[in-house]
Amino acid sequence: MTSAGRLLATDISVRFRIAHAPAVEALDGFSLAVERGEVVAIIGPNGCGKSTLLRVAAGLLTPQRGSVTLDDRPITGPDPRVGLVFQEPRLLPWRSVADNVTYPLELAGWPRERRDERLARLLDLVGLSDSAGARPSQLSGGLRQRAAIARTLALEPEVLLLDEPFSALDALTRERFNIELLELWERTGSTIVIVTHSIPEAILLADRVVVMTPRPGRVAAIVPILAPRPRSLDFLDGAIVSRAATEIRAHLQPTGEAA
Amino acid sequence: MNRNAAASVAISFAAFLAVWKLVVVVGGYPLFILPPPEVVAERFVQAWGDGVMTPHALTTLQEIALGFIVGAGAGLAIGYGLARSALVERLVSPYIVAAQATPILALAPLLALWFGPGLASKVVICGLIVFFPIAVSTMVGIRSVDAGLLEMARSFRATRRQVLLTLEIPAALPSILGGMRVGVTLAVVGAIVGEWAGAQQGLGLLVNLARGSLFDIPLMFATLVTIALLGIALYLVVVVLERRLVGVR
Repeated sequence: MTSAGRLLATDISVRFRIAHAPAVEALDGFSLAVERGEVVAIIGPNGCGKSTLLRVAAGLLTPQRGSVTLDDRPITGPDPRVGLVFQEPRLLPWRSVADNVTYPLELAGWPRERRDERLARLLDLVGLSDSAGARPSQLSGGLRQRAAIARTLALEPEVLLLDEPFSALDALTRERFNIELLELWERTGSTIVIVTHSIPEAILLADRVVVMTPRPGRVAAIVPILAPRPRSLDFLDGAIVSRAATEIRAHLQPTGEAA
Repeated sequence: MNRNAAASVAISFAAFLAVWKLVVVVGGYPLFILPPPEVVAERFVQAWGDGVMTPHALTTLQEIALGFIVGAGAGLAIGYGLARSALVERLVSPYIVAAQATPILALAPLLALWFGPGLASKVVICGLIVFFPIAVSTMVGIRSVDAGLLEMARSFRATRRQVLLTLEIPAALPSILGGMRVGVTLAVVGAIVGEWAGAQQGLGLLVNLARGSLFDIPLMFATLVTIALLGIALYLVVVVLERRLVGVR
């Protein structure tokens, strides 16, 4: 995978029209530059437009104002350079893990032999090599999310967007997935933007933590995590972490919903 | 089917025959009201052996097959339209419901008048009666496709056609096949009703002939048995198809 992938969001505003109700302003003038190969975590209270922001960056939603560019080329629709991992695995239940993982390649018109070639590497990347033939219903929640991540990596996106990808997992599995995501990032060098509710998760993963305001979402603060890599779980006990956590909490406005 | 299931089917069928025979004996019914099972069985074998039944059965089967294909095809297309377009639903659904609410028995003579006593009128009647359950089950199936999966497919730049083939149809298949189970049995009803409204050949006509000019009540029962078996066989075809297509999920 390439090291290209500078993601630039400029002045994004999104308003949702709802029947018989005033329009909801999800985002209002959100701007952010994510450098290539950087890991940025986005944290904010419920309903502050974090998921909306990822949908705009993935080209699934056109903002009323503002634009997103990747390496100076605008994103105007779903784009193979950007991969989005949803909060839920969203696997096709009637397909095997293998056929789910290669689904994007199939849609892109790859012949079967080429799909199979890449499949082995993708499954290896997320540690699913033994489950290729299984149905999603036979897997645990964690394994399903691994399959979903492999699927998003299939087209080798330059930017990986993750929308609270581990929120359905138990605490221990979640920590392991965080470490594995870091390893994956070291191997692929892709730019990562992860939306999360967890301050420790944000600090462990990110170079910078973007704190958002309550709706309509804007950047409240950007907290740099000045810690060397590779990071491990031990790092979560250090002084840098508690300082960063305190700073993030201070910027999260007191709605008390982010933990 | 495992051995236990086969045994229970055989036992229930034997019980059905025993009750039938008991009713005939206890009630003392004459042959032209309720013939006993063994007489019907004998007449059934004879009618198939001497070639009386075969052409009628083939005619009815052809009507059912064509009617089902026409009705199911239209049901799938309109059902998809109903699910995906509010405009289609507003414009079309009142007529569909009205057509369904009008008894097919009342429509059959009119359709026979318009389309003649041949194959065409039966295909239309069959098609009409098959259409509704399949249109509704397709609509329900397509509507129930998870919005999250649709968004996922869109994020991988699936075309409309790819969404239809790789996502909507597989997701709606259990529901559609449920509609087909109902539809295929109704197709048998449609063909027989169509034949009653006027026909030169077919099992529905044979029932009428056996009761009327032939006055061969065991033949009438043998024909009814044939119709029932045809319905069961077609239903099983759909069930097998369902196992193949839906299988383990």
